[in-house]
Amino acid sequence: MKFDGYDTEGFYDELFTPQGQPRAGAELVVERINALPEQELQRRQIAAEKALLNLGITFNVYNNEAQTEKIFPFDIVPRIVPAAQWQRLEQGLKQRIRALNLFINDIYNEQKIIRDNIIPADLVFSADGFRKPCLGIKPPHGIWCHITGTDLVRGADGEFYVLEDNLRCPSGVSYVLENRLIMKRTFPMVFDACSVQPVTDYPSRLLDMLQEMAPQGLRTPTVAVWTPGIYNSAYFEHSFLAQQMGVQLVEGNDLVVHRGEVMMRTTTGLERVDVIYRRIDDDFMDPKVFRSDSMLGVPGLMEAFSKGSVALANAPGTGVADDKAVYAYVPEIIRYYLGEDPIINNVPTYACWREDDRAYVLENLDKLVVKAVNESGGYGMLIGPHSTQAERDEFRQRILAKPRTYIAQPTLALSRVPVLVDDHFEGRHVDLRPYILYGKDSIYVLPGGLTRVALKKGSLVVNSSQGGGSKDTWVLNPQGGSSPESTVNQQEELSC
Amino acid sequence: MLSRVANAIYWLNRYIERAENVARFIDANYHMTLDIPDNASDQWQPLINTTGDHEIFKELYGAPTRENAIEFLTFDRSNPNSIYSCVRAARENARSIREYISSEMWEQLNTFYLMMNTAARESSMDLPHQFFVDIMNASHTFIGITESTMTHGEGWNFGRMGRMLERADKTSRILDVKYFILLPSVDYIGSPYDNILWGALLRSASAFEMYRKRHGRIDPKKIVEFLLLERNFPRSIHYCLATAMTSMSLITGSLRGTYANRAEQELGRLMTEFQYASLEEIFDYGLHEYLDNTQTRINEVGAEIHGAFFDVKIES
Repeated sequence: MKFDGYDTEGFYDELFTPQGQPRAGAELVVERINALPEQELQRRQIAAEKALLNLGITFNVYNNEAQTEKIFPFDIVPRIVPAAQWQRLEQGLKQRIRALNLFINDIYNEQKIIRDNIIPADLVFSADGFRKPCLGIKPPHGIWCHITGTDLVRGADGEFYVLEDNLRCPSGVSYVLENRLIMKRTFPMVFDACSVQPVTDYPSRLLDMLQEMAPQGLRTPTVAVWTPGIYNSAYFEHSFLAQQMGVQLVEGNDLVVHRGEVMMRTTTGLERVDVIYRRIDDDFMDPKVFRSDSMLGVPGLMEAFSKGSVALANAPGTGVADDKAVYAYVPEIIRYYLGEDPIINNVPTYACWREDDRAYVLENLDKLVVKAVNESGGYGMLIGPHSTQAERDEFRQRILAKPRTYIAQPTLALSRVPVLVDDHFEGRHVDLRPYILYGKDSIYVLPGGLTRVALKKGSLVVNSSQGGGSKDTWVLNPQGGSSPESTVNQQEELSC
Repeated sequence: MLSRVANAIYWLNRYIERAENVARFIDANYHMTLDIPDNASDQWQPLINTTGDHEIFKELYGAPTRENAIEFLTFDRSNPNSIYSCVRAARENARSIREYISSEMWEQLNTFYLMMNTAARESSMDLPHQFFVDIMNASHTFIGITESTMTHGEGWNFGRMGRMLERADKTSRILDVKYFILLPSVDYIGSPYDNILWGALLRSASAFEMYRKRHGRIDPKKIVEFLLLERNFPRSIHYCLATAMTSMSLITGSLRGTYANRAEQELGRLMTEFQYASLEEIFDYGLHEYLDNTQTRINEVGAEIHGAFFDVKIES
């Protein structure tokens, strides 16, 4: 199977120029795939899917009684990111998360940015992710958001934009690691020749970062990953990360606050926990402070956290900066705290609570994407060009009723990648979610990240819950050189 | 280790063992019924009684025909002890401690579950023997993988203890049910059917060949002795309790002859009885009463294990 006849159809394609030539860095992959014998690529695709199923690399789907687990659809043609582009993204992501952490810390403590009139107070305090009980809390090293999974998209102009910040419990990093594993098995020689930056050390970096947050003076802090349980859609990831880090995976019932300390229930009694990587929403963490009906939470946890006897990653309350209304202010937030211009821009955003913006939005509903500020996962959205008059009318009413809760953005011509469809390639839209770890002394950006693909033809929705899939993201090393991750024997794969 | 994790690995092993036993019961029974005349082939009801689920069977199916019995014991999702339900429960437990067990264990169990899932959808019983052999093999493979990929520490011992208690319980149940059906079949004594029927009981505990090597001729009392008291046969109750006790001592660290909690005390007492029991005493006491009492006490040990390790009370 060959790329002959693959048409970019006027979109920015990650692998090909509009003239149909491979982009810089992608030549080798294209050449090797073109050279594969007939049916070989399909065969490898099927083998990759079977491996994912047997490994149980699945996510849970709700509202689907017959089957509650599915594999995350995977396409074996890699997405290539050249070194220079990546360097800029990395700088931009570090800049953004540094500013956002300063912002969150400011909001829950001094609130200077509000007093300086950079962002309206009511907008901040009405954000869905704002948590009053966090006021006055000073987490270790002033870090609130330790793990971030920023959603980036590339527009028709070839530029990357930030679509969402995902500062609460971003998921998907396990798919990055597993996709890489599968790709190294599937295309060892191409992988070796391409000199790809490694992602496999993510779990050790995560563990280092988590241990750094432990209360002072502990030599070997006990770290645990907290999952809502096996019915959570990201359960595989929780257990995978705990396994890869070699730490305990705990559920709410395993934890108890005893004499001011957070303890695990073990077969020999209680054992102290120092750092918790929690993968459970703020709301469910502590029924004494947040939702009192939470069956998953640990009563007294917030008190232990505010007294510093346990560290939480991410800290509760980070969602305040994840609000889509606050998002509109991130460029100002960066300028305010860092005195720099943003390296990666926001997608242009119309804020429906501003009169001019609202008027524009209501006039152009058929051209815009309207988003409810408190929804994620692709829910609560109107995609103007694909909508009916009735849907537009409904959103018009909703916007007029609650302008604070809506933003609108131009429909982006998201970049595309070739994916395998039966016996040929077709272009599909993608985004990119790199993962960022905010440590005590440095910020680490995982080179690559999750490339999510809208597998439905023409679709712009990449979420796994709505028909999205993924592919491996290959960030190339600067000026070639051999990949430290590759351990392939040169004889192993002559056909490729 | 976390109490929840210990609980999950204990039950995971119990469910796998239960699935294996049910598969073997069905397979042995199926082959036996092919060998004996129709009027003597009413052997499916007792099998259902063995699992203790005869009431829900009666409610759902009514007549204990072969097809009904196999469907109920193998695939029925509303039977919590069907092979399918057991494998599914084992996998759910494994899924909740996936980071704790080895990836090889998980992968094997997941493949086992996917196999059951496909079979349940197809429900093709053309080759039942191969299917049940596959199930028994999957269980043996799981035990082997566990043996050779997981640290033989606390968690492993909880797993083995669960498996051994389950096995002891199952051996006692199959013996209890079958022995009393076989005894009145005096018509068959000396006939070829006698060997077939008693042979099937031994096969239900995978004990036929080993019994032959040990005792040769088929003799009901010797069979009872073998399944209850044989020290070195891995499915005899004595062996299972002794192995469970070894794991218990490794978990608690108690010195020989001492105990750390009620679970260890009860298990130790039960095991010691099997160590020093004689067949005559057992028959004097009444075999059925003895087996019934054994099952009750195994259940009690299970409950004590729960209290001592999985649901530890915290002093405030």
